[in-house]
Formats: sequence, C-alpha cells, structure tokens
Amino acid sequence: MVGIIGRNGAGKSTLLKILTQITSPTEGRAEIHGRVASLLEVGTGFHPELTGRENIYLNGAILGMRRAEIDRRFDEIVAFSGIEEFIDTPVKRYSSGMYVRLAFAVAAHLEPEILLVDEVLAVGDAAFQRKCLGKMGDVAESGRTVLLVSHNMEAIRRLCERAIWLDCGSKRADGPSEQVIRQYLDSTADRKDLYTLLAERSDRKGNGRLRFTGFQLRDATGNPIRSVGMGETVEFVLSYIVPEGKPVSNVMVWFYVADHWQRRLLFFSSNHKGENFASLPAEGRIVCRVPRFPLKPGRYSVDLGSSANLVHSDVISEAAVLEVVTGDFFGTGRTHPGSSDFVCDHDWSFDRREV
Amino acid sequence: MVRASSDTPMVLIQPEHGIAALKLADLWAYRELLYFLAWRDVKIRYKQSILGPAWAIVQPVCTMVVFSIFFGKLGKIPSDGVPYPIFAYVALLPWQLFSQSLNLSSQSVVGGAGLITKVYFPRLIIPLSSVLASLVDFVIAFGILLILMFYYGIVPTWGVLLLPGFILMAIFAALGVGVWLAVINVKYRDVRYALPFFTQFWLFVSPVAYPSSMVPAKWQWLYGLNPMAGVIEGFRWALLGTRPPLVTIYIAVILVAVLFVGGIYYFRSAEKMFADVI
Repeated sequence: MVGIIGRNGAGKSTLLKILTQITSPTEGRAEIHGRVASLLEVGTGFHPELTGRENIYLNGAILGMRRAEIDRRFDEIVAFSGIEEFIDTPVKRYSSGMYVRLAFAVAAHLEPEILLVDEVLAVGDAAFQRKCLGKMGDVAESGRTVLLVSHNMEAIRRLCERAIWLDCGSKRADGPSEQVIRQYLDSTADRKDLYTLLAERSDRKGNGRLRFTGFQLRDATGNPIRSVGMGETVEFVLSYIVPEGKPVSNVMVWFYVADHWQRRLLFFSSNHKGENFASLPAEGRIVCRVPRFPLKPGRYSVDLGSSANLVHSDVISEAAVLEVVTGDFFGTGRTHPGSSDFVCDHDWSFDRREV
Repeated sequence: MVRASSDTPMVLIQPEHGIAALKLADLWAYRELLYFLAWRDVKIRYKQSILGPAWAIVQPVCTMVVFSIFFGKLGKIPSDGVPYPIFAYVALLPWQLFSQSLNLSSQSVVGGAGLITKVYFPRLIIPLSSVLASLVDFVIAFGILLILMFYYGIVPTWGVLLLPGFILMAIFAALGVGVWLAVINVKYRDVRYALPFFTQFWLFVSPVAYPSSMVPAKWQWLYGLNPMAGVIEGFRWALLGTRPPLVTIYIAVILVAVLFVGGIYYFRSAEKMFADVI
C-alpha cells in the first residue's frame, strides 16, 4: 500500500487521473499489471430516481464489475450497507448517511488487483471513515496494491508502508511512509511556513491591551519545527506586541490543544503553574516548554488566550495547527504505535514481596 | 520489477499521437456498462410523469393530426397515393427516432460529466447508450403504426424485410452527427441552443410532411444529400409500398457511413480532453 502526499496542486490527483486513464498524459509512460479499480468518489453514477438495488447494479457496472460478479456478491453488499429494508426504495428518499453507506458498500466489494483511492476518506462521519480505512487495510493485506492519495497524514501513516511525496508534479521523496511524512511536514523550503502569523486575524476577542502576533514551534535546541514527535520536547513560542507601546503588568497566558472534534485535550496555563508575568515589555516572545509531548499522532488545533490585570486582552480560537507525528516516547528505540489518545510514562516490574 | 503473470491484463499508459485507434475491443469489453447505462436511461425516462411511456405515442400522433389537417386537408399536399395520416405517421417514426437520438447523443457527454471525470471507460459508450433509450420510444410508437395499417387495410411489401436496415440507418445518421455535436458541446455549450433550431430546419428539408417526389428531378441528388430523405422514403417504401428511393438511398448510405466513421474517429481523438475541459 502506497501513499501519495503533497501540497494542493502538487499533482496527486492528476497522477491518479492518468493512472485511471481519465486523462491522458502529455509525456512519460506507465505500466499497470492487473485489473484496476478506482475510487475517486463513492457513488459515482448513482441516480436518485433508481432504487438501491438498481443503483448497486449500475454503480457496480460503472466501477468495472461484471454482472455475474454483482449477482454473486449482491447479498453481501446489501448486508454490508445495512439498509436491507430500503433496498427497493429510490435512493432519493435515502438519508445522506444511508446513501453513502450503500455507495461505499458497492465500492468495498470490488475485487481489483490494484485499487486507486483519492480522498474518499474525507466524507462521512468518524465511524464511516474508520470503516473505510479498515476495508482498505484488508485489501492491502490480501496482497493487492492500494494507491492512496490523501491529506490525512494519520491515514497514510497507519495504512501505508511506503509513501511518495509529490511536489510540483515531480517526486520529492519516496520511502518508508514515516520518514517521508516527516520530511514533508518538516520541509523548510519556506521558513515562513513554520511561523503562524496572527497579526492579521480579526476574529479575536478581548480588549487588545496585549495582542498575539505569531505562533511557532521549536525543538529542544530552539530550532523551528513543523511537527512535534511524540515524547519529544517542544517549545510553544507566542510572539506578542502591546499596541500602546508601554509595558503591561500582571499578564496571564494560556492555550488549549484540541482535536478535530473540538475536544480540549490539553490545557497549558501560566496561572495554574503560578508563573504569571508581573511585567512584560511592549514587544516580545513568551515560551512554554513541554517535555515529552504526550499526544498521539494527528492534527490538533491550538486556541490561544491572554489577560492583563485580570481582563481578557486577546483570545484567538484555532490560532494554529499542531501536527504531531509518532516518536520514541519511552526512549526504547521504537516508535510508539499511538494506540491511545495520550501516553504517559510508567514502569513495569515483578512484585517479589511475599504475599 | 514486478513481472506480470500471463493471466493478468497489462495496461500501458502513454501519450497518444496522430489518429486515435478506435479500440473497438475495449468497447466490447465494456458492453455490460453500455447495457446498464441504456437500461438506466430507459428506467428514468418517464419517472414522475403522469402519462409515462404514453408520451412516446402522444408526440408522433399529435404531429400526425396537425400535419393531416394543415398539409393534407388544407394544403392539399400529395401523399403518393396512400392516406395522408399514415403517409405522415410512417415518416414521423424514423424522424422522431433520428431527432431524439441526435438530441440525446449531442447532450450525452456533457450530461455524463460526473462519470467522465471520475471513472474510466470507453467514452463512446455514453452517446451509444443514450441512443438505445430512444429506440424504446420508437418501438412503442411503432405499435400505433400497426393499428393504423390495419385500419387502412395496408399490407406491407416484401421491402419490409429491409426495415431493420432503415432503422439502423436512422440511428447511425443520428449518431454520426450526434458524436460530432457531443464533442463540440464539451467545449462550446452553444450546441444546446442551436440544436432545436437545427433539427427543426432539418425537419423541413426532410420528406416528412410531403413526398420527395415533389422535388424536381434535377434537384433530387442535392435533396439526397440529406440522408434522412433516403431513410424516410425507404420507410414508406418498405411499409406502404410507395416509390422505392433509389438515388437518395445510395447517397444516404454513403453519407451516413462517412459521417459515422468520421464522427467516431473525431470523438476518439477528442475524448482525452473531455475530463479536463468539461
């Protein structure tokens, strides 16, 4: 299973379109050994007036299944979708969830030797996405080739052994996915990218006595980084100015780290640590150092807040994105599998005391 | 390198140059998709309409009545010795088959944009399947013709054996023109607006409301450049036993063949830009 990553416009989707023969290349050549099926979206060709049953046949044919094959797997498809009772209802009466489930059920029962997938995971709820990921894992395990294009680094990391990083239509890196993803995330071609500018943000609250102007991550040695490895030391650097140009006193600073369901997983507060700033100059940077970052790999958002003299001065939600990649949390030389949301240090031993 | 075992298909993707290969074998491999798309078109054609498939009859019958009153009774247009209503109806059948197929196939590629940008299959399947659906209307309307023939006591000649050939010609003529327009429509949506005018114009230069014998003999060859002239006269000859369409049908066969073969070559060479332009 191979993952394709890269910025928007890097040529990921174009590559898939060429491999699926939707568009033809201007130069170069590709050889494909085996039967190809592509999932550039689910439910291609579904017609709202047709029933679930009819759409299974139509969609199956469009995806390249033979009629006999659909006949054989029909019951399985229906069972997988879980909409047996509505199979003879026109799909226009379906809820959008039912629609997607049926569409995915058809796609999941394709039996190609090579499966090309593009961002299909971007649709549906979390449970559905998990189901998709699981099914793709099955396909890959059964010895078939899966080519997955995604912005979801987590999915690529979990599913693909190998990743290819495309940039401006050519290959930047190709290798074990963990390594390529890291390279991609850390690519410092444009150092400005490592620095989130906040001065322009207008969706902020507070009286504005102190305003955040930027957010940056640094590693233990103070080098700017794009992503945090699990268990690594990270410094959150918050740049600020005081618009009045005078020092401010009694400043509290805090930030939350939240996942994409807006669950606040971590809260860092100068107040809770008893480390408020009695006085700050008119411009500067505040650093919060976190040893052994405990969250599992994924994308998180950071909400910033500050107050001066107990009045909110600047609050910005989703101020920055925090990318966490896997790392050697326990210092054992192995990367942590990220099997839970949090990791904390612990020790194991055998109890030798008499009972 | 991975070596392909003998039973796994190998696909080679590279730029195509020059005249596109037709890849008819590819088309054959996807015949089931052709069937399913045509089946879908038939299924949804009259969904949520009160008259449903009866629409296939309403149109030609109403046109026949109007033509009979204004051209037959009031205009006193000759009808080659057969009752005017059936004279007109026999011509309306292939005409509607043609104009509907032309209309559907011209719009088909743009209408199938959702498929074209997401999955690969031989693109020719789209105009082909759209035409198959209009055959269903034809068959339904043909039933009325049988009733009319019974009513007027008309027995078809042996020429009726050639009828399938004329039907095919009407379809191929529509496809021949339709695939050209379908490709142009991808780039220039003007086709949608020009088409109704175009088909109406074509109706006037086809012998539907009048016999082609009204055209002076020295202009018959020019008239025959409209392939539908030969097809319609062929229908009348096969079913009603009127004058056989000798010159016009030969011209028509050649023209349809040229249009159709040229059309699919043009289509094949243009199809690689569909997904990008549509």
